[in-house]
Amino acid sequence: MTASLKLSLTRRYRFAASHRLYRPAFSEEENRRLYGKCGNPYGHGHNYILEVTLSGPVDPQTGMVANLGELDPFVEREVIEPFDLKYLNEQVSEFQESVPTTENVCCEIYRRLKAFPSARLEKVRIQETSNNSFELGDEREAWNALDEE
Amino acid sequence: MIRVTRRLEFSAAHFYHNPNFSAEENRRIFGKCNNPHGHGHNYVLEVTVAGEPDPSTGMVLDLKELKDVLQHEVAERMDHRHLNYEVPELAGKIPTCENIAAVIWQLLEPKITKGKLDRVRVYESADLFADCTEEAKGAPKGRRL
Repeated sequence: MTASLKLSLTRRYRFAASHRLYRPAFSEEENRRLYGKCGNPYGHGHNYILEVTLSGPVDPQTGMVANLGELDPFVEREVIEPFDLKYLNEQVSEFQESVPTTENVCCEIYRRLKAFPSARLEKVRIQETSNNSFELGDEREAWNALDEE
Repeated sequence: MIRVTRRLEFSAAHFYHNPNFSAEENRRIFGKCNNPHGHGHNYVLEVTVAGEPDPSTGMVLDLKELKDVLQHEVAERMDHRHLNYEVPELAGKIPTCENIAAVIWQLLEPKITKGKLDRVRVYESADLFADCTEEAKGAPKGRRL
């Protein structure tokens, strides 16, 4: 018997942006201790790689979980256009309140992309450098626990 | 539990066309992938098998055996083939990486005798891949946060 299979699709995008890790609420000394050279007042930048994972039934008519003709313009509009070649602290309004660590960038991108209408957003993963990556999933495990209650 | 992954590259041609759609709909839905002359990719397949290492060998499974299974089941069927015309398992399906991953899962699943097939990942390019896994028990289907 064939078990029920699950298909997901992952698409990779790129954007380059600058940021500075600094909280005005903390003292200079605390900022230095917490954020080190990431707190340099002039900011610094990364070539970010964004991986967007969607899941859902494969449409038998198209063979697709999601049509890239729909996904690419959506991600372009929601993330690439507002983030690419920008200073995140000052040019993305959400980071005027929160520090644009890549954890927070992940959460913000997840929030923006979860409205994609044609498949379920399963995961957002961001590679800040080739040595650092961050991901945020759809809390499936928590749902499973809830469903079993 | 340990997950072991083996990679295989194969090159193949395909195009996307659904005879139920008009020519105009095919162009709109599939874009340049609808070009009837086809186009090709260097696909990268990653097959992950999960299990406990055998205490006498230290291995979940013999990777040489997995390599042979991949060669026989996947490379011999798909490498340097036109996926629309030459792979019977894909007949009547649009050869997207989602469908290719699902077909490869079905080909490999009965051939994995040690450990359990955990994931089939098919890269169409460095920027696009599909994963086929087993649906987690009780997982929500199509539910949103």
